[in-house]
Amino acid sequence: MTGRGKGRRGLTLENLLLTPYSVWAALFILVPLAFVAYYAFTDNQFRFTLDNVVKFFTATSSVTNEAGQSQEVHTYLLIFWRSLKLAVISTVICLLMGYPMAYIIARAAPRAQKTMVTLIMIPMWMNFLIRTYAWMTILQDTGIFNGLLDLVGLGPVHIIGTEAAVVVGMVYDYFPYMIMPIYSVMAKMDNRLLEAAQDLGCSNLQVLRRVVWPLSLPGVFSGISMVLIPSISTFYISQKLGNGKFFLIGDAIEGQYVANNLHFAAAIAFIMMIILLAGMALMRRLADRHMRGGM
Amino acid sequence: MAERLIQLENIHKDYGGKTVLKNINLYVRDKEFVTLLGPSGCGKTTTLRLIGGFETPTAGVVYFDGKDITHLPPHQRQVNTVFQRYALFPHLNVYENIAFGLRLKKLSEAQIRERVEEMLRLINLTGYEKSAISRLSGGEQQRVAIARALVNHPRVLLLDEPLSALDLKLRKEMQRELKAIQQRVGITFVFVTHDQEEALTMSDTVVVMNKGSIQQIGTPTDIYNEPKNAFVADFIGESNILDGVMLADRKVRFSGHTFDCVDGGFGEKEPVDVVVRPEDVDIVAPEKGMLRGNVSTVTFMGVHYEIIVDINGFKWMIQTTDFVAEGSHIGLYIEPDAIHIMKKSEYSGLYGDYSLDIDPEAVPAESERAE
Repeated sequence: MTGRGKGRRGLTLENLLLTPYSVWAALFILVPLAFVAYYAFTDNQFRFTLDNVVKFFTATSSVTNEAGQSQEVHTYLLIFWRSLKLAVISTVICLLMGYPMAYIIARAAPRAQKTMVTLIMIPMWMNFLIRTYAWMTILQDTGIFNGLLDLVGLGPVHIIGTEAAVVVGMVYDYFPYMIMPIYSVMAKMDNRLLEAAQDLGCSNLQVLRRVVWPLSLPGVFSGISMVLIPSISTFYISQKLGNGKFFLIGDAIEGQYVANNLHFAAAIAFIMMIILLAGMALMRRLADRHMRGGM
Repeated sequence: MAERLIQLENIHKDYGGKTVLKNINLYVRDKEFVTLLGPSGCGKTTTLRLIGGFETPTAGVVYFDGKDITHLPPHQRQVNTVFQRYALFPHLNVYENIAFGLRLKKLSEAQIRERVEEMLRLINLTGYEKSAISRLSGGEQQRVAIARALVNHPRVLLLDEPLSALDLKLRKEMQRELKAIQQRVGITFVFVTHDQEEALTMSDTVVVMNKGSIQQIGTPTDIYNEPKNAFVADFIGESNILDGVMLADRKVRFSGHTFDCVDGGFGEKEPVDVVVRPEDVDIVAPEKGMLRGNVSTVTFMGVHYEIIVDINGFKWMIQTTDFVAEGSHIGLYIEPDAIHIMKKSEYSGLYGDYSLDIDPEAVPAESERAE
């Protein structure tokens, strides 16, 4: 507060300190985005074209369905739909597991909180590729998971190479990104608000529904974005745990990039970004309305 | 008549091996304004939370209307709380904050509207229904917090230092307003504060607490005029507290002089603490005084002067409307009914000498200025 009173001098210093970040943001965020857009709307000779964007919506290919018949499908729309479906399922699972967990951690004694947060963070210190490989081993037909199922007489289940395996991998990898933002909002929540709710007649469950949940929504929304966005664009998990059978939008981008189709890769990335941004904006508006409108 | 609406019986409370309340026995009558008064850490807020249901005592029983409610959760008690710094719900507007408790009771929308509007009139905030909590001033938030509690028609309203975040002028205004509200709604208020003036002006009964136990319970006049020990005498208003000896009933000796007083019932030659309020001392010519001393400092306080007089090394505080020059030699005259005698206690000798009040860091500053 006192810093603000210093006026112009503080402001200049502030600007000076901000400069490296502004330069960083411009160089590594804005410039690459501009390049993506530029590539998306140009052809190999860098002439303006809408072909890449149109191709995303119109390209078809024939696939064999379960009945063994060949079928024409919109290739990229199908891939995008599949990516969205798996990402949404993973995000919902992360939320359903992460929300109660975040609540439990936030209500625990300070020392227990520290321990639990550390335990959640530890897997993140391990390399992403190694974690995914580990899950390959665990989920294999002869892996630990099936070994355990076998012991209790339930196994073996074929899971590697299914959508379920991909979801397991996504949930495992992105779970901390769901818990942390929710936890940090809940940890800051004023305990007296919860007591006030009890005082006014709320049972424990009602406190959760009427006070904790609405106040934790900002954390929930950032958790959702932090899980949904990386899981919708992942390609590695689907390749390793889906045995490459589930071509996702990230795989498509990677494939086009590797095949040196930079302009089409950029177009896919660009379209996905626009869809995600629109989705996030919609969600934010819903959240705002929820916050303002009360119940 | 439900004489004792709330009763605390032999309450003990430990927190991780530390005793925060010991042997609390206290009852609150229906429609009474009771204040729990004491310095921070004295256990007053814990006592309030026991009544609200946010704490359970380590030992002892809490009764409400004759029933044991020691282990009843807060939402099943007929009390509501105004929390320190209000604890209003930031995600709800003024109307929804006040309606919160009523919605839980599943009242009809029309009933809710009627009662919320009635409350908004009571707290003079009609027209603020749609305002966000963050847009309200401290005083307005305070009123909303009171309305949010009162709208549920509790039998008892608990108030945890509700005025401490307000500035002095607003605080005085709210003191009057709270008292008026209490009389209008006709329910019991249990009020927690560390501000002795607040306690004296608003309460029917004051409970003075220190170090987890009750020091004295009484009307504001009793507490002020008949403090039980040096702690109470010092905490409530200003006091000169002197070592004295009771010579006989109505005869006490202190500061090298024998005084007539109005207290009796002490043992012969019993050592006692003597309280003389600063406003009860008359300044007279030295030869007419019972005690004589030199004025060491004079401070102008607006309504009166506060002067410190050195009498045989003991610093007396005297409040007078007449100006007395620093350094002058004066006499003090004390009427018998201005002398209050207390039994010796654990607090004897700790309070009531104004030489102890001098801020040690202020002394060199004074001498620097003199140079």
